[in-house]
Amino acid sequence: MNVAGHFSYWVTILIAISGLYILIARGNLVKKLVGLAIFQTSVYLLYIAPGKLIGGTAPIVADRFAVYSNPLPHVLILTAIVVGVATLALGLALVVRIKEAYGSIEEDEILEQDRPPFDSSANNNVSN
Amino acid sequence: MRNYLVLRVVAKLMIAFMILFALYVQFHGDFGPGGGFQAGVIAAAAIVFYAIIFGLPAAREVVPDWLVESMVAAGVLLYAGVGFAGLLLGGNFLDYFVLAGDPVDGQHRGIFWIEVGVLITVAGVMLKIFYMFAGREDGDRG
Amino acid sequence: MIAVVTIVIARQRNLFAVVILFGIYSFLMATVLVALDAVDVAMTEASVGAGISTILFLSALHLGKGIEMKPLHKPFLPLMVALATGAALAYGTLGLPAFSDPQAPIHQHVAKRYIEDGARETGVPNIVTAVLASYRGYDTLGEVTVVFTAGIGVVALLRRLRSRKRGDKP
Repeated sequence: MNVAGHFSYWVTILIAISGLYILIARGNLVKKLVGLAIFQTSVYLLYIAPGKLIGGTAPIVADRFAVYSNPLPHVLILTAIVVGVATLALGLALVVRIKEAYGSIEEDEILEQDRPPFDSSANNNVSN
Repeated sequence: MRNYLVLRVVAKLMIAFMILFALYVQFHGDFGPGGGFQAGVIAAAAIVFYAIIFGLPAAREVVPDWLVESMVAAGVLLYAGVGFAGLLLGGNFLDYFVLAGDPVDGQHRGIFWIEVGVLITVAGVMLKIFYMFAGREDGDRG
Repeated sequence: MIAVVTIVIARQRNLFAVVILFGIYSFLMATVLVALDAVDVAMTEASVGAGISTILFLSALHLGKGIEMKPLHKPFLPLMVALATGAALAYGTLGLPAFSDPQAPIHQHVAKRYIEDGARETGVPNIVTAVLASYRGYDTLGEVTVVFTAGIGVVALLRRLRSRKRGDKP
């Protein structure tokens, strides 16, 4: 196992699990979206890091350079970034509407408001 | 914020520079980093900056709602139009080499027009989203 | 430094600070991308992540509260889930080629052709633009359509109905 060779992957994984943790563990909706965005950017790093060649340069053809880093991941990630911000915009629009409908952006408070009251007569298992 | 003199003066300088930079990134995207997406986002950010400093109604006067909404659709139509132009001139969809006499020239033209399409749509959508978020007041429903 | 910023974002409860920290994180990511020779991507990440994303977050926050609530339960299970996922991913990356290996498969097939023939066939020195606009132009059409759809989606969600006084449902 080559430690120096795989260091970039481990940094990526560290950022990814931080983003995943924020996404799952925090109840505030806006913070969840921030966690999602962090997770997305870690995936960009995951794709671009293997494309780099040490000693190469940016993939713009010029006469002085012979070795170029791989342009293919750059193209894919460019699209991914723009789609990511589109998703973020839609997510934030949903958060704004949820805030107006429920009055809160905390997940626990929203679930509390949606839970039916305990003395509901639709409960079939009431024994008395 | 329009009462702060320093902000107003700096904003006027910077907004002009930002739009110029957006155009530079767009047209120079063939020779350096750049292209339609970056340019569209920078142009939208310039107008957002104007809206923050001088107020949303002032920004709505400079770039009115109908213009932003047309921009959103026009860019996609332009892009698809270039694709169909390739179809009509004898090649496949989105073929560029049929657009001019010399194939490399055709590539240049095709790439130029689709990058303009991308610029228009991205700038329009980013600006429209900002207008929607900022134009909503507390207590709005619907 | 990116790891530090990420952990601070997780613990910080003032949402405005979280948004600004996210802008810092975006700029740091753009710097790392430049170091990895991805100049187009770095410019896009800097403008989109640190520019538009911050603006959108601030606009959304403006319409709500600014402080996050204290979490009700200790987040052990999410921490375990995150760590387990990370361990599984780390195990998976052991099979990947080492950093900057010229013999890695991704440098062999299509990328070689794009680098060698791209400037000549399209007349555009920036290979990323050439691939994005010409070789993979159909995908870029799809991407522009996605942006368009997102714009329409936000309009549909946040549109104000004029007939509020009739007591319609929201």
